[in-house]
Amino acid sequence: MEEVCAVKVRIKFEKLGAMKFIGHLDTMRYFQKAIRRAGLPIAYSGGYSPHMIMSFAAPLGVGTTSLGEYFDMELTETVPTTEIANRLNAAMVEGFRVLSARQVEDGKASKAMSLVAAADYLVEFRDGKEPDVEWRTKIQEFLDQPEILVTKKTKRSEKQVNIRPYIYKMELQGEKIFLKLASASANYTKPEMVTDTFFAWLGTELAPFAYMVQRLEVYGDVGEENAPVFVSLEAMGEEVE
Amino acid sequence: MRKLALSDEILLKIDKSARYIGNEVNSVMKDSSKVDVRFAMCFPDVYEIGMSHLGMQILYHMFNKREDVWCERVFSPWTDLDKVMREEQAPLFALESQDPVKDFDFLGITIQYEMCYTNILQILDLSQMPLLAKERGEEYPIVIGGGPCAYNPEPLADFFDLFYIGEGETSYDALFDAYRANRKAGGTKEDFLLMAANIPGIYVPAFYDVSYKEDGTIASFKPNRPGVPETVQKQVVIDMEEGYRAIEAPVVPFIKATQDRVTLEIQRGCIRGCRFCQAGMIYRPTRERNVESLKQAARNMLKSTGHEEISLSSLSSSDYSELKELVTFLIDEFKEDGVNISLPSLRIDSFALDVMSKVQDIRKSSLTFAPEAGSQRLRDVINKGLTEEDILKGAGDAFRGGWNRVKLYFMLGLPTETEDDMKGIAHLAERIAEEYYEIPKDQRNGKVQIVVSTSFFVPKPFTPFQWASMYREEDFIAKAKVVKEEIRAQLNQRSIKYNWHEPDVTILEGFLARGDRRCGQVIKAAYEKGALYDAWSESFRYDIWKEAFKETDVDLDYYTLRERSTDEILPWDFIDAGVSKKFLIREWDQAKNEIVTPNCRQKCSGCGVKRYGGGVCCEGQN
Repeated sequence: MEEVCAVKVRIKFEKLGAMKFIGHLDTMRYFQKAIRRAGLPIAYSGGYSPHMIMSFAAPLGVGTTSLGEYFDMELTETVPTTEIANRLNAAMVEGFRVLSARQVEDGKASKAMSLVAAADYLVEFRDGKEPDVEWRTKIQEFLDQPEILVTKKTKRSEKQVNIRPYIYKMELQGEKIFLKLASASANYTKPEMVTDTFFAWLGTELAPFAYMVQRLEVYGDVGEENAPVFVSLEAMGEEVE
Repeated sequence: MRKLALSDEILLKIDKSARYIGNEVNSVMKDSSKVDVRFAMCFPDVYEIGMSHLGMQILYHMFNKREDVWCERVFSPWTDLDKVMREEQAPLFALESQDPVKDFDFLGITIQYEMCYTNILQILDLSQMPLLAKERGEEYPIVIGGGPCAYNPEPLADFFDLFYIGEGETSYDALFDAYRANRKAGGTKEDFLLMAANIPGIYVPAFYDVSYKEDGTIASFKPNRPGVPETVQKQVVIDMEEGYRAIEAPVVPFIKATQDRVTLEIQRGCIRGCRFCQAGMIYRPTRERNVESLKQAARNMLKSTGHEEISLSSLSSSDYSELKELVTFLIDEFKEDGVNISLPSLRIDSFALDVMSKVQDIRKSSLTFAPEAGSQRLRDVINKGLTEEDILKGAGDAFRGGWNRVKLYFMLGLPTETEDDMKGIAHLAERIAEEYYEIPKDQRNGKVQIVVSTSFFVPKPFTPFQWASMYREEDFIAKAKVVKEEIRAQLNQRSIKYNWHEPDVTILEGFLARGDRRCGQVIKAAYEKGALYDAWSESFRYDIWKEAFKETDVDLDYYTLRERSTDEILPWDFIDAGVSKKFLIREWDQAKNEIVTPNCRQKCSGCGVKRYGGGVCCEGQN
């Protein structure tokens, strides 16, 4: 296969309902097949077993729904971004929906995965699983602590990490907890860890499967060091007609 | 959003929960209140295996084309979910609607191999249905079995209401129509079964009685009421254009199925007539599909699934007369779009090597030969046309083309086998290695790697070897040892790796393959003692089965070690499988005399299938 001039396109999609049980690798396979069904001019690597040139932004754990998932792909020619979204949506199943397609600048630095700096989440208790403890009014007090230490286990060791700097925002939204958390590879902070730590600080251990998590959005950082400016990955690309 | 049968808590604690949620691309959703017949189609093994099965996809789409039928899929819950469902008394459900199987009109189970029999009982049990057909009242679904193992349904007779003998395309419409008519008329289950017994290919075990002689063989096998036919005729699609239900849009699993690709069925049946091979007998006559239809089908299925691989399916692809045209088309049309082309069951010749070099990475791929027997004498006995010359020529050409890996498949325990035949396996492998090292060093690709695998032969119904005896476990092991030691004695032994299968599963498979109605109690006892997923070596427990034989007082050896006489009534004799008993007896004699029978294109062997009026039997006669 000869080298072709590639156009990089970023897809934003949602993953809802039963589709939360589809793991990250299977979600990638699902979109690879969907792109073929949609007949998009996807670029392949060479060799005997060519593969699509694709990059997913931030893996989503099994069990988590999302309104803002991303992957980048390379096309061999320009296709209007609304047409890309429409053609992909014609190849979706219930639970997966493409929300937008954006053309992004090429180059290694723009790989979706390496751009990720932060993500928003909503945490919601399942019916009857909310702990019998006053927590709604305690969020600010939790955040006002100088440090929030958690134990991170690696294969070799355990270490104490202060996650307070990685919680950019934590607040009550209706009956749910909204979280904006650091999500770069060096400081990736799980919403489950923050939620569990909060309730442990309140002296409560949550029952297994007590709450559900939904990811809302994933951001890149276009600011200076120590002065982050978060922009959604979608907004970093542009529509093309 | 669809509501799932299992709670999030369950789905989050089991492995690969995507097996149980349905909603895959091309799966079919209908409004259950707007259909008359709800059909749960089950492959009694784990999802990834069942979803790789072509026959199930064909019937799924064929049934769902009917507006009055909604066909859904059911697979065996893996052992982790099995445990949870028992603890919580959660009923087994179908993937599409997530509704309990016990509320369906039909539970259809495809029976592809003997070692899934305990999984069939698991399906009934988890569905919260009695295992025995006679204990299931009007409120339960009609349980129907099909697939190759239905050619001897007797060991499973107690558990099923109906069996469908042959290819599903022909009689299901009549069966559904009868079901609707019976319900409209307010008929009972028994009324329906009587109607079904008169539909071609349908066998209702409850309507036949078996009696036995003192020596344990069958004395008589007869219908026990009027209006039930003495023999059941296997069903075959004769016109592969009109009668064939091509799949336009196969279901695409989320998780990686064992066969994660488009399967293109190019023909049914096989002209070769290997005497051990059940598929080669029961799928007669060989029927090819039109190459233009296949091209269209390939296009449709790749487009509708988005799969990145297409595989040809048939018992012997090299015998398909338009193979060159089809393969050339597939390469020209799809290779540039990143579609891999997979060509199993190709005979290694110059065409095959040319095609393989285009579609595979030679350094990573291996050549596969299935001589099945180690000596020419024994290959003549089994009627396997492949000669040593063919193999050495094919391998030599391939080695000169850059290949250096060879896989060889054999069977041990074939009728008339001697120690020389076993040793012949090692000698053949050695000669292949020598063929490789004759190539000058600078023109070959490192060391040659030869992998020899042997399985133990299992006699199957409707083959010329259906009367043959099997061996004891220790005899099987001794045979493998002969091969192993002879390989170790070869000059190039370091280039030859030897694998063999454990004999215990083989012996059970032999018992179930040729069992009669009295064998059902052993299956039930084994299941009740915990046997499940017997086809999986990690879960197969021979000790449980041994206990089941002891408890039911059924003699395993009677079924496996005994050579049957050709005038004995065999449990499956009531089925007319197309090939006549006269032909099978003739072939059994020819085998013992080491005489080869030509293939169907060379000369008609008068097997009896010609009366179906199609396929290879009628080639060149129009």
